[in-house]
Amino acid sequence: MANDLFNSFMTGPDEKGRFGQFGGRFVSETLMPLILELEEQYENAKTDHSFWDEMHDLWTHYVGRPSPLYFAERLTDHLGGAKIYLKRDELNHTGAHKINNVLGQIILARRMGKSRIIAETGAGQHGVATATVCAKFGLKCVVYMGAHDVERQAPNVFRMRLLGAEVVPVTSGRGTLKDAMNDALRDWVTNVRDTFYCIGTVAGPHPYPAMVRDFQSIIGKEAKEQMMAAEGRLPDTIIAAIGGGSNAMGLFYPFLDDTSVNIIGVEAGGKGVNAKMEHCASLTGGRPGVLHGNRTYLLQDEDGQIQEGFSISAGLDYPGIGPEHAWLHDIGRAQYVSITDKEALEAFQLSCSTEGIIPALEPSHALAHVMKIAPELPKDHIICMNMCGRGDKDIFTVARHLGFDMSGPEGRSVE
Amino acid sequence: MTRIDDKFAALRKEGKKAFVSYVMAGDPDYDTSLELVRGLPAAGVDIIELGLPFTDPMADGPAIQLAGQRALAAGMTLERTLDMARAFRETDDTTPIVLMGYYNPIYSRGVDQFLADAKAAGIDGLIIVDLPPEEDDELCIPAQQAGLNFIRLATPTTDDKRLPKVLENTSGFVYYVSITGITGAAAAQANVVAPEVARIKSKTDLPIIVGFGVRTPETAKDIAGIADGTVVGSAIVSELASGKSVDEVLAFVKSLADGAHSA
Repeated sequence: MANDLFNSFMTGPDEKGRFGQFGGRFVSETLMPLILELEEQYENAKTDHSFWDEMHDLWTHYVGRPSPLYFAERLTDHLGGAKIYLKRDELNHTGAHKINNVLGQIILARRMGKSRIIAETGAGQHGVATATVCAKFGLKCVVYMGAHDVERQAPNVFRMRLLGAEVVPVTSGRGTLKDAMNDALRDWVTNVRDTFYCIGTVAGPHPYPAMVRDFQSIIGKEAKEQMMAAEGRLPDTIIAAIGGGSNAMGLFYPFLDDTSVNIIGVEAGGKGVNAKMEHCASLTGGRPGVLHGNRTYLLQDEDGQIQEGFSISAGLDYPGIGPEHAWLHDIGRAQYVSITDKEALEAFQLSCSTEGIIPALEPSHALAHVMKIAPELPKDHIICMNMCGRGDKDIFTVARHLGFDMSGPEGRSVE
Repeated sequence: MTRIDDKFAALRKEGKKAFVSYVMAGDPDYDTSLELVRGLPAAGVDIIELGLPFTDPMADGPAIQLAGQRALAAGMTLERTLDMARAFRETDDTTPIVLMGYYNPIYSRGVDQFLADAKAAGIDGLIIVDLPPEEDDELCIPAQQAGLNFIRLATPTTDDKRLPKVLENTSGFVYYVSITGITGAAAAQANVVAPEVARIKSKTDLPIIVGFGVRTPETAKDIAGIADGTVVGSAIVSELASGKSVDEVLAFVKSLADGAHSA
């Protein structure tokens, strides 16, 4: 206990890109030199004021940061317990937290002289953010998206095309986010010399998990300052939804050493975390393995073959989770729970009716857990939840689940 | 000395280049695949690369992706892949088998258990695409200690600064990837590859085998001519996928082997 530095939760990853046993650099030799170059460039940028000046200028004038910290009064009254604050990252340009990270990576890509940007996307939010920033800087953009997701997220596909991106429907494997990431890696290995791979979450080979976390941690930094201004103290509990885990890592990271703060990550429980694998809860229902450049918890069978997840939310539909979350889970610094599709849909509607905020299905999972715990907590307990995206993209999915036919002008109930 | 070392020593004595062929274990089913593998040595194959099926083969093109999916759909596993090696060893104790695939099925089984089982099954070497030198502690070093060769990929992006690191814990042979890309993509060009092979040769005594982008007997000859041998994978896998019989596929393999051996 002599030196706080040794007890910090914020020093990872180590020089091998590990958080405990998780993380690492499990990529083919063709990519390895580029990964090392990226690490070097990022290390330089991290301590370069001009890099962060450019970031802050764009965050302020292009994204609209800082996002507000909002006291959800009617939601708090309705649940009748803890005081609930929402970090409003759904108000960002492009409608989610994804752009925080994309800006950082694209500025880095420009510094590295890369002219072509590739990305993978599930729900399309990261793809839209990448297409947006590429349009702003005049860079060529190619987005890999599972053919199945292209179908269920048509509005975002059109947005990306409007923004000048080429959207490649991925039919390899089963055509979901994991396969989109495989094809993005295949593109990268083929076009390694002029191409930058802009990964959308805190996963992939080192340095991506740390780099994406650093870019997203603007969320937690702001939340901390805003909470001090609003309440004069830290929150008691912070909560965020997790697919790969970038919005959660962004909120959690600045609070890791504030051990009075409970940290809760909410995974997608789909139809329930059980042997039928109809969920995406890697920590609750998976075990450690190696995929997409890192060791982390994965949904996999006995033979180490990767399984498909299942969730109402395309953004959480990934069989892995960022390695830093895997580590926080194992050491017990953060708690990870799961929420079913049905619970998330209820939370979605409650946010609409009590706060006038149409949330994305991803943060609806976090809100559903807030609904579970807030009523039992005292009124002076402060919860801060990351409202990481808005729900415009999800209204078709939600309508279908609630039995509304959106094809007519009024909408009508269907059986 | 492993079977791989013995094979290269014998080839050197004969003044011949090595012909290496890749097939996916269990594609399209266990029995057909075993029949094909058993026929490879007679078709002129010096070293067999046996593909270990994986759901997410990130370095492979469509031909090998689909082969892996067919194998998995037919019930192939790591255990069954080792069964296939054991069955092959019943009739052939000299042709080296190199298991080629991705790390997770091995990690899932447990590295020590896997190495013991692989060695006992008659596997001679490993090519694990997603384990660069930076992760040598995971499998490379334990594999060498267990008496298996760990064959490393060198690529066009492996520069002089990095080459010693790539060669450091490599054994058996060096697999030079002729293109930046995935398996079965662009065609390899001997005049582009030759200086790269020479560059690696100046730093190691290990044989250098060139793969990725070799599809025809002519290319096999050209590429084998500037290295110690060549590998063909996707083209063979595609022949099998097109509905040809095992004998027809083996005839194609023989034409490739003849090409490489004429170099």
